[in-house]
Amino acid sequence: MLGRTLREVSVALKQGQITPTELCRKCLSRIQRTKFLNAYITVSEEVALKQAEESEKRYKNGRSLGDLDGIPVAVKDNFSTSGIETTCASNMLKGYIPPFNATVVQKLLDQGALLLGKTNLDEFAMGSGSTDGAFGPVKNPWSFSKQYREQKREQRRPKLHREREGTDWLIAGGSSGGSAAAVSALTCFAALGSDTGGSTRNPAAHCGLVGFKPSYGLVSRHGLIPLVNSMDVPGILTRCVDDTAIVLGVLAGHDPKDSTTVQDPVKPFTLPSLTDVSKLCIGIPKEYLVPELSSEIRSLWSKAADLFESAGAKVIEVSLPHTSYSIVCYHVLCTSEVASNMARFDGLEYGHRCDVSVSTEAMYAATRREGFNDVVRGRILSGNFFLLKENYENYFIKAQKVRRLIANDFVNVFNSGVDILLTPTTLSEAVPFLEFIKEDNRTRSAQDDIFTQAVNMAGLPAVSVPAALSAQGLPVGLQFIGRAFCDQKLLTVARWFEQQVQFPVLQLQGLMDDCSSAFENEKLASVSLKQ
Amino acid sequence: MAARAVWLAFRGGLGRRQAFSTKANVQGSGRITVEVIEHLERLALVDFGSREAVARLEKAVAFADRLREVDTDGVEPMESVLEDRCLYLRSDNVAEGNCAEELLQNSHRVMEEYFVAPPGNISLPKLDKQESFLHS
Repeated sequence: MLGRTLREVSVALKQGQITPTELCRKCLSRIQRTKFLNAYITVSEEVALKQAEESEKRYKNGRSLGDLDGIPVAVKDNFSTSGIETTCASNMLKGYIPPFNATVVQKLLDQGALLLGKTNLDEFAMGSGSTDGAFGPVKNPWSFSKQYREQKREQRRPKLHREREGTDWLIAGGSSGGSAAAVSALTCFAALGSDTGGSTRNPAAHCGLVGFKPSYGLVSRHGLIPLVNSMDVPGILTRCVDDTAIVLGVLAGHDPKDSTTVQDPVKPFTLPSLTDVSKLCIGIPKEYLVPELSSEIRSLWSKAADLFESAGAKVIEVSLPHTSYSIVCYHVLCTSEVASNMARFDGLEYGHRCDVSVSTEAMYAATRREGFNDVVRGRILSGNFFLLKENYENYFIKAQKVRRLIANDFVNVFNSGVDILLTPTTLSEAVPFLEFIKEDNRTRSAQDDIFTQAVNMAGLPAVSVPAALSAQGLPVGLQFIGRAFCDQKLLTVARWFEQQVQFPVLQLQGLMDDCSSAFENEKLASVSLKQ
Repeated sequence: MAARAVWLAFRGGLGRRQAFSTKANVQGSGRITVEVIEHLERLALVDFGSREAVARLEKAVAFADRLREVDTDGVEPMESVLEDRCLYLRSDNVAEGNCAEELLQNSHRVMEEYFVAPPGNISLPKLDKQESFLHS
């Protein structure tokens, strides 16, 4: 049951095959059994069970709220949840209990979804591995998968004893690693992440999930503790594209509490079945073919392009000339906005407060010293440097100009007749934690965000779809990028691709009894990209 | 003075306090001088705390310097991707509020309906030459 898609479970609930309470208990039990992944910071068991009870009553009376009624979901811990601790994986907000729900959380609850808990992340969503939070790193469930372990044995790697306590586990990606691990390990059917530079798509690729970043302005940011106001968006993590469309349908739309949401009427997100791709034009940006890209992913990317071409689509090479500067530009803009956004954490109104009472400034400085980790402090200081009077023009304004050039690159490509861009999501599959931490957070982010963050600068929608398992048995994702506010079209194409690829289900060793086949019922022709 | 003792104790708890020189290990422009460090710490109200942090900033600045290679003549800065749209403004009617009690609950120190702060108008003192980790 837990391995099914959101839509399948929703049908099962409506048909009475399972009750919301039973489903909730199964998920909670699974959370307990996968605790070693450290995906959750807070598990809101009582809240979830109460919501399940109410959902059950609605189903009994034939008055269910919709596709999300009774569906267990998880939310990244940088979304405010009323009455439930919200920490952003930081000491600064340990014990902070918001008095309100983020708009996206409220929308999910209004549709009857069950909130299982808050998931782990990099501190304040800064990072690409979910390794730098105050509650410890998140382990990629695929580290413990049958697929990965079998490959390891075949390749005669040193045998691991005590697998779950072993030290060679893999990172989940970041910064929404907890949400990705939660969905991937079958503890919930959908999770909210946030995406500022790729923070939803990166862990989705590493955990074999669909990670969707909506167009900037489509989904409300009210209640999402901000990192970079001009680039943040809430992201959606699910096991298939159809599920993402269901969740997006609930979340999208203007919010009077977020003035950066557009007022366009929201078109419904039911995805049409795409059978004919011959009218589609797929663009392959040549600047994304970087030497650091693993040969395996390069080959998968190429095979995916061939897949579209052999199905009749037009596949052409395009150019985004300023690509090599986008990571630098992002670095400057991100740290600058972070410097401003983190200024609110002074210990006075909420969050951690130090005992120093000599002066306000001394108290602020001490509080921030204790509350923030090195990564956050480093970014704040960098940001302040770029915003100094003598540097403002040369760094901040300059970066804003480069941002326009990058955004224009995309506009030009889309105006030349391209519908969707196809790129890799990450440079390689998930790496072991011990290897990941050899470089510092900023270096890693600069490396790992390379394919994902230009999209945030341009505010475009993008989605990472799992494409295949690597030679090591680990998930690899590919990214599709669409025109602004053409999210439905993007998801339609993504779903077509997903159907061609038939990505396998994660098989967690020792927990196999819950993993009933998710795709038993689908009788689609499958073309594996591995062949 | 009690305040000074507290100040030293708080600064003293910063971890490694090895003295070192900014001249050594400076890569790139060497623009992160003592003055800049103090200025940034004052503005950000966040301290560097170690030599590694200063080195990281230098690397970050060197990285950012690559922007100079881009020709941006005649290009306007972009502040928001939604710049072509009108920002939504709601009408100025009070629709919610009266939640002072709820909001005060999250603070560590309140008195009646006030958040309590230590005295203001006292600048963060500059580090003495002896205590500073910037001077050898």
